[in-house]
Amino acid sequence: MYDPTVARLTYRALLGRRRALILGALPLLLIIISVAVRGLTGADDQTASDVLGGFAIATMVPIIGVIAGTGAIGPEIDDGSVVYLLSKPLKRPAIIFTKLIVAIAVTMVFSAVPTLIAGLILNGNGQQVAVAYMIAALVSSIAYSALFLLLGTVSRHAVVFGLVYALVWEALFGSLVPGARTLSVQQWSLAVAHKVVGGDLVTSDVSLPTATVLLVAVTVLATWYAGQKLRTLKLAGEE
Amino acid sequence: MTTLSIDHVSRWFGNVVAVNDITMTIGPGVTGLLGPNGAGKSTLINMMGGFLAPSTGTVTLDGQPVWRNEQIYRHIGIVPEREAMYDFLTGREFVVANAELHGLGEKAAQRALATVEMEYAQDRKISTYSKGMRQRVKMASALVHDPSLLLLDEPFNGMDPRQRMQLMDLLRKMGDEGRTVLFSSHILEEVEQLARHIEVVVAGRHAASGDFRKIRRLMTDRPHRYLVRSSDDRTLAAALIADPSTAGIEVDLTEGALRIQAVDFGRFTALLPRVARDHGIRLLTVSPSDESLESVFSYLVAA
Repeated sequence: MYDPTVARLTYRALLGRRRALILGALPLLLIIISVAVRGLTGADDQTASDVLGGFAIATMVPIIGVIAGTGAIGPEIDDGSVVYLLSKPLKRPAIIFTKLIVAIAVTMVFSAVPTLIAGLILNGNGQQVAVAYMIAALVSSIAYSALFLLLGTVSRHAVVFGLVYALVWEALFGSLVPGARTLSVQQWSLAVAHKVVGGDLVTSDVSLPTATVLLVAVTVLATWYAGQKLRTLKLAGEE
Repeated sequence: MTTLSIDHVSRWFGNVVAVNDITMTIGPGVTGLLGPNGAGKSTLINMMGGFLAPSTGTVTLDGQPVWRNEQIYRHIGIVPEREAMYDFLTGREFVVANAELHGLGEKAAQRALATVEMEYAQDRKISTYSKGMRQRVKMASALVHDPSLLLLDEPFNGMDPRQRMQLMDLLRKMGDEGRTVLFSSHILEEVEQLARHIEVVVAGRHAASGDFRKIRRLMTDRPHRYLVRSSDDRTLAAALIADPSTAGIEVDLTEGALRIQAVDFGRFTALLPRVARDHGIRLLTVSPSDESLESVFSYLVAA
């Protein structure tokens, strides 16, 4: 299923100079905020949890997921260069699967690693806050990548839709409307993180079994559907 | 021997019919797909290449469906019209990647780069390439797996005359080797120079098929124009105009020639030498002044 050549092309496209800068900007901001907060308030578990939950998990991870997930395929479809992948005897689901792996890896590196570092800066991983949020970032990276890869496959406005989802649904509705939280990748990943490290600092509105089922279902269905869409992707002519 | 069959294929986008009930068979050798911009050539090529489903009808390659059949790409090489092609790679990296996606390696890529004479610039980034160089690297990427069918969408667009000639030589060679080569163009001279066999598409319809001179002759209800110089233009003109195969004759004094409009091609071509012989007139020049594809084309468009 995994094609190393497709992966190489995707990595190089994703980590091109401009996109790498965008991908690196938010983690850098998180680290700067963490250093500032630690300097101003000292090591405090609740503050660490607030920063990591409010900024890293609610904002940074979904945005990086949008950039990596849609960026893994959207630009190729937009500019038509995907034709060089599609005109090969490659199974379409294999192309999607490979791009998913790349998007997950990129999202994890640019979100989970900075989350851990920020947690260590904020309170030295007191009450395992840093590890818990890193796990949440890792888990949500998978689901976000699958969702946004699908979005990149089906829509030319994937980045806009992705950002609306990430910022409006996850960040805004998720914090205001209780029902929306059940359908939030963020909450699902927090449920997993809570289970792994325990404690009261990292909590979720969703139970672990529900979260696990939804995470797997969303990831698998989005990936399967993206593969199907790519099989019948129509490359519009120039006329 | 690879044959691409297009069988009663139509394609519409909403209310717009881009391709209207086209049936054609593309065999070995070079075939030109000719038509003005917006005629449906790209839509047709996209369907031939398996990137667009026909709304009705089928496209098959040696009996195998092209749509939703990835394995067909073992036999097809595609040179798309669009420019985008992983500009961040070097030419060599791009062609190697294309070879790998076919399960081939560096060797196949190098051979393809040599075929298009791009080895000298293979280590430069594609973003620094000229249009002609891009076209050649696209060509190399389409040739890595030695396909029996080559589809090229407007391959000469933006090429300078030298590059154009090189690519034409290459395509001619491919055709001579027995490959099925189909290229689209809206420029008549390109098609005229490269392909004797043409398929003409006008406004989504299949307007004509075959040798372009034969197509021209088949359209006997259309006037044919000739420029004729002889030892006695006026006597010749008088004798020709008496025959119903000739619709009009102009004595062009500046050119020192006759401009003849014939309405019955077959009859006129037999009449002219006979009349000349009967009147003891020597024919110095007989040249069809509208045998170019341009005129064939304008008739087809008007028809």
